[in-house]
Amino acid sequence: MPAHDVLIIGAGLAGQRAALAAAEAGATVAVMSKVHPVRSHSNAAAGGINAALNPDDSWESHAFDTVKGSDYLGDQDAIEIMCREAPGEVLWLEHRGVTFHRNPEGKLGTRAFGGASAARTYYVADITGQALLHVLYEQLMKSYDKVDRYEEWFVTALVQDDAGSCCGAIARNIKDGSMQLFAAKATILASGGAGQCFKPTTNALICTGDGIAQAYRIGAPLMDMEMVQYHPTTLAGNGILITEGARGEGAHLYNAEGERFMEKYAPNKMELASRDVVSRSEQTEINEGRGFPDGTVALDITKVPRKRTLEALREIVNIGRDFAGVDITREPIHILPGCHYIMGGVRTDVHGATTIDGLYAAGEVACVSVHGGNRLGANSLLDTLIFGRRAGEHAARRAAGMAMPAPSERQIDDEEATIRQFLRREHGSGRRISEIKDELGTMMNEKCAVFRDHNGLNQAHEIIRRLKEEAETAYIDDRGTVFNQDVLGAIELGYMLDCAECIVLGALDRKESRGAQFRLDFPERNDDEWIKHINLSVNGGDAPKISYSPVTMTQWEPEERKY
Amino acid sequence: MPEYTLKLRRYSPETGEAAYWQEFTIDLDGKRSVLDGILQAKDREDGSIGIRCSCRAAICGSCGVRVNGKPALACHTHLDEAARTAHGLGWNPPDEGQEKPAVITVEPMGNMPVIKDLIVDMDAVHWKKIQRVTPWLLPDGDPPEREYVVPAESMIDVTQSMACIQCGACVSDCLSMEVDPLFIGPAALAKAYRFVGDPRDGQHSERLKDLAEDPHGIYDCTHCFNCIEACPKGVAPMSQIMRLRRIAGADHEIDDRNNGHRHETAFVNNIERNGLLHEADLLPDSYGGKFHPRAVPELLSSLPVILTALRRGKVTPKKALLHQHKAEKGVKRIFERVHDEEERFELNLYVVGYEEEETQDGGTEQASAAGGQLPEERSPNK
Repeated sequence: MPAHDVLIIGAGLAGQRAALAAAEAGATVAVMSKVHPVRSHSNAAAGGINAALNPDDSWESHAFDTVKGSDYLGDQDAIEIMCREAPGEVLWLEHRGVTFHRNPEGKLGTRAFGGASAARTYYVADITGQALLHVLYEQLMKSYDKVDRYEEWFVTALVQDDAGSCCGAIARNIKDGSMQLFAAKATILASGGAGQCFKPTTNALICTGDGIAQAYRIGAPLMDMEMVQYHPTTLAGNGILITEGARGEGAHLYNAEGERFMEKYAPNKMELASRDVVSRSEQTEINEGRGFPDGTVALDITKVPRKRTLEALREIVNIGRDFAGVDITREPIHILPGCHYIMGGVRTDVHGATTIDGLYAAGEVACVSVHGGNRLGANSLLDTLIFGRRAGEHAARRAAGMAMPAPSERQIDDEEATIRQFLRREHGSGRRISEIKDELGTMMNEKCAVFRDHNGLNQAHEIIRRLKEEAETAYIDDRGTVFNQDVLGAIELGYMLDCAECIVLGALDRKESRGAQFRLDFPERNDDEWIKHINLSVNGGDAPKISYSPVTMTQWEPEERKY
Repeated sequence: MPEYTLKLRRYSPETGEAAYWQEFTIDLDGKRSVLDGILQAKDREDGSIGIRCSCRAAICGSCGVRVNGKPALACHTHLDEAARTAHGLGWNPPDEGQEKPAVITVEPMGNMPVIKDLIVDMDAVHWKKIQRVTPWLLPDGDPPEREYVVPAESMIDVTQSMACIQCGACVSDCLSMEVDPLFIGPAALAKAYRFVGDPRDGQHSERLKDLAEDPHGIYDCTHCFNCIEACPKGVAPMSQIMRLRRIAGADHEIDDRNNGHRHETAFVNNIERNGLLHEADLLPDSYGGKFHPRAVPELLSSLPVILTALRRGKVTPKKALLHQHKAEKGVKRIFERVHDEEERFELNLYVVGYEEEETQDGGTEQASAAGGQLPEERSPNK
């Protein structure tokens, strides 16, 4: 049985950063991912990473913007840590070779971003996430003798000892279908979000909420799951993302009547209000008949000088050309709000520790919470790195003081039995896995999107219950062992259904409008009753249980939120 | 919805059967991608179709395949475009009056072993080669307290290599690698440029010497342009290899064992002198002249080739020894112009397309940046 001090599941920015930090702290480390690390979805973060590094800027200003952006649902102690440590983290990345944009003096240059009171977003053209991910992978390759890499291994379950501590995971080697138990003194989930519960979504096909569901299934509470960010600028149909960097560089939004409608909703910050505000404004325009016939509004990037666009927004020039047939330097592109980010996740403290002993979480899978009801653009890369590092360091410290656990191999049999079950189901025994996934995503995007109400959410919950039953008999085609993606899809569907159920239950319970959650039947923010986190947890096969935890306030009292 | 036919290369290592072709009919808008088509077939008809894919937006680099024989990202190739180019070989347009779109063939990338269907073993080839170029920054000494201060252009410059998503499309169709599987190859050498072009790296000379001395290194590229054609992100790996060569030869005076730099110098001087290539001079000049000790064994080893050429009338002794052609004025002017440049101008293909910036009166002006005309980005799959 492979055994490591620290086992990290997921190899995006949070996972790789955790691995490097844990290795540096002297732990033996393994990082495991269902895809090759550079395929991770951190790639898609285009616009940049926030840090108050400029002498005129301050971490307090960054923290206040984040608190305000979170609609006062973010935990201020965690936000303070993130914003204080941000400058150091950006310099750490720069020293390791990230090709950050420079100003004419050759120092780090910034761009403006949504919801921020200063230009504090550091970037590499509009491939910042990709550049960071590839540079971290360079460092991981450099640490080949300290970090074991299990690339294209798929985790099916976390493993607990009799006392309930997490002591490793069971994974399937995608290349040959074999199952393996991995023992670990500490396990860090860094497996990303669950955007695939929605269709369309900006999220990659791999973002199926694996880690969120794995932790939930062994009893870890999920927090703020109702907070799902709809990004203001995504392409109709396929949900492909147009970076907020476009608006940061000066692009405007127009409705079909040629009106720059953000004047009505956010007269000060206009297009650079926080994402929930801009998405709601767009959706209001579309719902009230001022959108284009394809249910969109227009993003006009021609305001940005062409040379600047080609230099700093090159990726979306390509996306416009290849995925929408539009030259964005010459004409507006049609966009609409689309599912983008899950603010909620596995509840952790500021060291990434979950309520389960030995289990950590960092990045989109986790909810610290620094994003609260709404994440600011360019804070997600920062979140992955700061809390990835902190989780890695803390996990290594924990591992230093304990013996290697010896989890029982028996649990492999259970996991193998589950997989055999999928393989044995007859063709036509029920629905196809892909049909159920499709219905789930389309339904969630209809009933649990920018605007929500009790009836719609209730229907959504009923549909999810039915889909869960249907998944019990759904069948797959592939019977093989080598790269059987069909069987992985079936397991992922189970993860997604768990996540979707928690999203809907949280949204049903929160009877107010805050951040990304807007209830048509409760359109006001209710600070008296709802400045609290909703926690969802299960115990075995019981129905999910709702409980509440307080929001940590340090120095910023809730006030009206205007942009 | 229009219908398209996808002809997929299938292979399952467990069945004991050889690879085969299988056709699927899909109905999707022509502006959707080949990947969307494959996923529709997978969802509706056969879940066992194997393809790596994730982002659907040409950023994760998972879905490198060959579409109609050319390397591409499946998510970055429109169905209508693929159907048009499916006629005949290469990129021929459809016959007139053709009603039904042609069959789109999709097969795994080349130069890498196939694991299953469209999935290839990138670890065995691509990632091994990446690891070969010491793919991490090696700065001198301790880092500064703040950031490294470097020219803004240098960061934009290496961002072209940084834009590589490691999809393997260039590796798939690298002709040199087909002949010499040990060739470090386009993706890894582009990665190497990312460090050689980065002013923060302290090992430029060591890296270049290593890559120039390796018989499978920078001088193993044959200029076939396939990698530039193949790259979906405009990284232009071959251009990066050529820059490595220029920097190695001109800036670091690396006298490599493969004689690559001297051969290039000999070639350029030969053209400057003669206008047309004088082949009989090229070989000895590449080794330092006819009487250079190193040229003698090389010339002797080339004798059989020379004799065969003489026998077949490809060259005559007179032509070989007395090259009559002299470089024309036009050729001389080109060389003078280049020699007069104070600095060597490095093409940066990353920032393209703004050379025709429109002025207010509707005319065009040359962009001052990058010093003139830049080639249009090549994107065969748009």
